[in-house]
Amino acid sequence: MTEQRLSYTLDSTLETVDSAEQTASRMAVELGFDEEEVMRIAMAVREAAVNAVLHGNAYDPDKKVGLEFERTGRDLVITIRDQGKGLDLNKLPDPLAPENLLKTSGRGIFLIRSFMDEVQIRPTQTGTEIKLIKHVHGPSAGGKEASREHED
Amino acid sequence: MSMKISTRQVDGVTIVDCSGRITLGEGSVTLRDTVGQLLGKNQKKILLNLGDVNYIDSSGIGELVSAFTTVRKQGGELKLLNLTKKVHDLLQITKLYTVFDVKDDEAAAVKAFA
Repeated sequence: MTEQRLSYTLDSTLETVDSAEQTASRMAVELGFDEEEVMRIAMAVREAAVNAVLHGNAYDPDKKVGLEFERTGRDLVITIRDQGKGLDLNKLPDPLAPENLLKTSGRGIFLIRSFMDEVQIRPTQTGTEIKLIKHVHGPSAGGKEASREHED
Repeated sequence: MSMKISTRQVDGVTIVDCSGRITLGEGSVTLRDTVGQLLGKNQKKILLNLGDVNYIDSSGIGELVSAFTTVRKQGGELKLLNLTKKVHDLLQITKLYTVFDVKDDEAAAVKAFA
């Protein structure tokens, strides 16, 4: 099984968001995911990139977004790092709660967790790292949610 | 592909034909501006035709919610028409499908406005 790793350091711009999504889509196609799964992976990466650029780095031109695609033995692993203030997972509202349904934001992490097999979010020395994992083969490759969180 | 919007009037209802992507940035802003302009012209019966919208992200979903609540606060109505499977699935996942009034027939949708 071929292992592959691609790393990018990108500016905190909307172009980075589009680029991350397109790269994820291309890699998912190359790995043989069906159209539905390609869309889900690409959207999860887009949402994570939006969080990094918009909420993490706040479009700061001095702050960078780290983007890494890795094909391991059986997983596609996508890591996105920002240099922001950090994300308090305990303060993330539940977007499905009745009182939050009509809020105009707060659905990004929820969609990421819905679309990937595993999601790990952890603070780093310089910001936040989110790791998105999709099993290339195996029983949960159909998009079933099995997310988990890790914090140092 | 960026988002394109055109509007037309049918029996007092403004039909907003959208195509492309409603995402953070240009797509969301285009939709927001269009709805704002319609409300400014007192056109408060708005049918968003999303039949050619092939992609929407969480920012786009937020923009749909914002349009819905903004129109409603001004005494108007906003309905959705012709959801693609992708958009339909997203609204299901986010539990917004039952919040919006979703139609799949234009003539029936126009008649459904009060």
